[in-house]
Amino acid sequence: MRHVVPVLTVLGVIVAIWYAAAIGMNARWERDQAARAGETITWAEIVPRTMSQERPILPAPHQVGAGLWDGIAGQAVTSRRSLVWHGWVTLSATLAGFGVGTAAGMLLAVGIVHSRVMDQSVMPWAVASQTVPILAIAPMVIVVLASLGVKGLLPKAVISAWLSFFPVLVGMVAGLRSPDGMQLDLMRSWNASPSHVFWRLRLPSSLPWLFASLKVAIAAALVGTIVGELPAGATQGLGARLLSGSYYGQTVQIWAALFTAAILAAALVMLLGAVERLTLRRMGLAR
Amino acid sequence: MRRRAGLLRLAAVVLLLGFTWIASPALLPALAVWLAAMAVNMRLAGRTEPWMRWVVAAIFGLTVVLVWELAVRALNVPQVILPPPSAIWSSLIAKGAILRGDFVQTILKGALTGWLLGAAAAILTAVAIDRSPFLQRGLLPIGNFVAALPIVGIAPILVMWFGFDWQSKAAVVVVMVFFPILVNMMAGLAATDALQRDQMATWSAGYWQALWKLRLPAALPFLFNGLKITTTLALIGAIVAEFFGSPTQGMGFRISTSVGQLDLPLVWAEILVAAIAGTLFYGIVSLIERRATFWHPSQRS
Repeated sequence: MRHVVPVLTVLGVIVAIWYAAAIGMNARWERDQAARAGETITWAEIVPRTMSQERPILPAPHQVGAGLWDGIAGQAVTSRRSLVWHGWVTLSATLAGFGVGTAAGMLLAVGIVHSRVMDQSVMPWAVASQTVPILAIAPMVIVVLASLGVKGLLPKAVISAWLSFFPVLVGMVAGLRSPDGMQLDLMRSWNASPSHVFWRLRLPSSLPWLFASLKVAIAAALVGTIVGELPAGATQGLGARLLSGSYYGQTVQIWAALFTAAILAAALVMLLGAVERLTLRRMGLAR
Repeated sequence: MRRRAGLLRLAAVVLLLGFTWIASPALLPALAVWLAAMAVNMRLAGRTEPWMRWVVAAIFGLTVVLVWELAVRALNVPQVILPPPSAIWSSLIAKGAILRGDFVQTILKGALTGWLLGAAAAILTAVAIDRSPFLQRGLLPIGNFVAALPIVGIAPILVMWFGFDWQSKAAVVVVMVFFPILVNMMAGLAATDALQRDQMATWSAGYWQALWKLRLPAALPFLFNGLKITTTLALIGAIVAEFFGSPTQGMGFRISTSVGQLDLPLVWAEILVAAIAGTLFYGIVSLIERRATFWHPSQRS
């Protein structure tokens, strides 16, 4: 509770700065318009006009809010102008890729923990891949798969699977290795088989690590999908919405798509956080 | 037991070779190289010399490249789908001037400038709000929240504001790296314990002296954690921002236009440069970290 007042205050300051910036950045256009019409314009006239421009340089918060509301609630869900529809296109590709990438990362992590060869062969590359801007391959994947006739959800899902794979792999390996020597010795003194050690000790103790990397992975998967929607020709999804907005100078549309993406990301991370808390509490691991 | 495992392994290899023989005989050399390399690695992985780890990883990497080359040639994969590593290499050599120009435009001007500005702004902000617990409590949850958002999306807006050249890319990078570094720096400034602060007080050190001599050094390990995380973000921001508009130079521009011209070897060469640049960037920051925080337990031994 002690966070609520400070957070609200900071948010209030941000909104105030945003309004001030909107007035400052949009004022020039109004002044140019007035000069062209041969009129003089006072600040009292400029300020309200900067709040309701058609294509402002920086839309005021209430314009973005109106755009967001119109996109989410003001359109039929099946409409091309509905942010719910575009959001769903992005979300479905994100979730498909996230599921595949997470499953692959977990499986390979299990292999790495149990095989010295795989560990020494793959792990250095997996760790190094964290420092590589993998997202740069997104346009290539889209175009190459399109030339093979694969379009729609699948190419974007491939990118988000690729992006969520590495964080999960690295986090899961660290988690499966987290039991210390004492715990492993205890399992041995109970004459536990390797599969017992895995199911009863390694897997449960890896969960906190797994959830931490899942949160990173879902955010990366969403960014991957949005960037996957950028190459020319895409008409569906939040990325395409951003791109068409930037082509036609529809700033309100860009900001509304951006906020939809932010809401989506926040909802996904919060959902994972809730699952994490429930799981860890049931297992008695909650801090 | 050991012999049975060996026999099973042999049977698996024979089966795999047999299937490949029936399905696509041309793939046999690639498969043979893969199996031979894995056999070598299984031998080497049992050794305990510390440098052996790097040998095993290097053999694996080389094998992947070799199998890629052999498989692409054997199956006659068109170059517009997956070029062989040799074609990527010759493109890297032949178009060195283009790649160098793109590197300077995107990495040095866009990513590095933005990263330095963003890091400086985040560090100064963290120090500035350090004396106000109220602001800290307000900014920390917001910073954590923003760090999880798809911030790359602001690229089209910033390209509109700052134009097509590297300034808009640097601006995207500033926004992307600001919050992760801010959150880490705030945690770092809170990392001293009461005993250490009391010690400073008994020496009658003022706020600035305590900050300079105790709390900033203590914050360095946290700060470097943030700096290392954001090296990759900086490159991603600079490259992706170019997809929304750029001068006729830059890695993101080259990737998107060369994909359109189906010049895939050049695209892969750009990606290779980006990968090497990313690893080097991270490595240099880690090296500075080792020099600056040599006293910290994580850097010893």
